[in-house]
Amino acid sequence: MYRAHVLVCGGTGCTSSGSHGVMDGLKSELKKQNLDDEILVVQTGCHGMCEMGPIVVVYPEGTFYCRVSKDDVPELVEEHLLKGRTVERLLYTGEGDVHVPHYSEIPFYSKQERVALGNCGYIDADKIEEYIARDGYEALGKVLTSMTPEDVVEEMKTSGLRGRGGGGFPTGLKWSFCAKSPGPKKYVICNADEGDPGAFMDRSILEGDPHSIIEGMMIGAYAMGADEGYIYCRAEYPLAIKRLKRAIDQAEEYGLLGENVLGTDFSFSLHVKEGAGAFVCGEETALMGSIEGRRGMPRPRPPFPAVSGLWGKPTNINNVETWANVPSIIRRSGAWFASMGTEKSKGTKVFALTGKVKHTGLVEVPMGITLREIIFDIGGGILGDKKFKAVQIGGPSGGCLTEDHLDLPVSYEDLAKAGAIMGSGGMVVMDEDNCMVDVAKFFLEFTQRESCGKCVPCREGTKQMLLLLKKICDGDGTMEDLAQLEELAHMVKDMSLCGLGQTAPNPVLTTLRYFRHEYEAHIKDRSCPAGACQALIRYRIDQDKCKKCGLCAKNCPVNCIDGDRKTQFVIDEDACVRCGTCYDKCPFDAILKL
Amino acid sequence: MAKIKSLDELRRIKTSASDLTAARSSNAVKVIVGMGTCGIAAGAREVMDAVLKEIDKRGLKDVSVQTTGCIGMCQEEPLLDVIYPNKGRITYGRVTPEDVPRIVSEHVVNGRIVEDLVIARVDD
Repeated sequence: MYRAHVLVCGGTGCTSSGSHGVMDGLKSELKKQNLDDEILVVQTGCHGMCEMGPIVVVYPEGTFYCRVSKDDVPELVEEHLLKGRTVERLLYTGEGDVHVPHYSEIPFYSKQERVALGNCGYIDADKIEEYIARDGYEALGKVLTSMTPEDVVEEMKTSGLRGRGGGGFPTGLKWSFCAKSPGPKKYVICNADEGDPGAFMDRSILEGDPHSIIEGMMIGAYAMGADEGYIYCRAEYPLAIKRLKRAIDQAEEYGLLGENVLGTDFSFSLHVKEGAGAFVCGEETALMGSIEGRRGMPRPRPPFPAVSGLWGKPTNINNVETWANVPSIIRRSGAWFASMGTEKSKGTKVFALTGKVKHTGLVEVPMGITLREIIFDIGGGILGDKKFKAVQIGGPSGGCLTEDHLDLPVSYEDLAKAGAIMGSGGMVVMDEDNCMVDVAKFFLEFTQRESCGKCVPCREGTKQMLLLLKKICDGDGTMEDLAQLEELAHMVKDMSLCGLGQTAPNPVLTTLRYFRHEYEAHIKDRSCPAGACQALIRYRIDQDKCKKCGLCAKNCPVNCIDGDRKTQFVIDEDACVRCGTCYDKCPFDAILKL
Repeated sequence: MAKIKSLDELRRIKTSASDLTAARSSNAVKVIVGMGTCGIAAGAREVMDAVLKEIDKRGLKDVSVQTTGCIGMCQEEPLLDVIYPNKGRITYGRVTPEDVPRIVSEHVVNGRIVEDLVIARVDD
């Protein structure tokens, strides 16, 4: 019997801010104080609030400590664990500098609804017993002993769950296609090739609750008649791969995975395939090619994987978050899941909130919540209290939405209508300092580099689009270039072979739709309204504000600032490389950005 | 570890595993031991050990044990509080390890207050 549990976040975010040191420190300090028999230290998955890490939660009180360092450990043990006094200075600080001691009271968490992330940050991902204690594998037992495969597919249809990888295709319907495909050999695949810039929800589920994916896949396999599965995970996620492999080993040891699961005639084997991290391998046909040992390139569909997939056999591919939702749906019913969300977008969705927002991290919210609630209530608003400008939703294939869309309910339909997509759920917030032309260029650079090159529209089209964007950002663009960019964007979207090319122009198209004036300013006025495009900004010294301290001249890397303490300091604009060092270094705000 | 061969076996493992995460839920009977300097000096650690041992022995799942600092009744230490759902907070004073089995069996398990040891009570 342990009287207290100390949960230390072992997600990638907290690990990089030093949670391993905190964990080791805790263990040795507890031993020193003879508390190691009374207090259990548990390493969990991601709590979502990564920028406040390393995060430590003490139960039974549920006290939430953030930014805990190794040096804080002795005080934490002595004060909280021995004497029961909360260590105020390590608590989360909310509005008006008020300390918020409990998890549930922190605004970041209070609007969330955690289903896919339900166990993340709560259980030790390396202990199958903790998953079982939280009703783990109960849903699998339920389908194997009391449901027919058809029942399972029907329940999934009732839930209204749609593919969380980006496509948004109804999961139950997808399963029914594969279930109806004839053949004794079928596969199920988990797509864990998450590659969108700014997205890390799949990684966190893999790290924090790997058994939920295994259980989800097995339920799917039973429903569709598959006996073998692959988890395709990018090799850049070493911790996720380690935890997955350990989870598979433990499930096999318990006989929950393998031959005759739970004494039934259902058998299933599961493999982890490490991908080399090519963005295109998130495309299902490319992903299957990669598992088969070929170069990861998409092929035209049909035939769809449900008919002819891995090694020509009927195959079902779902993304990590989709699979992670399955056990809860079976355990708590499809109707329960469908009670959350909007008419056509049911349940919850995990978003990775990043960019110029105060609280970056993972949030799981019911569908239908507005962008404003996510960015301002949960995310705490814009960093440095600057003005909100846009939010990029759906990764590089998504679109940029504006202030006018802040009250848009988050659902597949509403986002698509506005020109963005749900995608995998990356959400990058931008403020007034972000140039939207530059943002479009950034995302296009990514997709252009990741294009596999198989089809001409994507290979050549994205390249030409990128060249045009560079030209505009450099101040050399013309209105004809803008027209050509738009035409190319439509062409690449319509004619590319796979989703990568079909969605690559989205950032360009949405910024053209909502921020055309910024493109025109770059072309007609040769200026960048946000002051972000290097080629279009000029630095000058405001002689009234200048105190002649000389810091700018001292720090200028190209020595283009002349002057001394008696005369004026002046920037030689021809020699200036516009690095912004003087702007950042000036203590008197005397450098003007024009 | 043995293979799980049926849903019933899985549920048995769940029951035995549930105390792994039980301390992380909050719907439990709470036992709170005063562990200020005064409490520790008066022997609160031994009381705490006895509490944990007793809970273990009885296999109680839905009990959480917490510590608290000095509440100003130093002369009555060791102090042990029991918060039973809907029954207010009861404070026992000058608790010895020998008192613990009685408090646990009477109050924690059966909800009957051990009147002769009570020094304070706070109603809901």
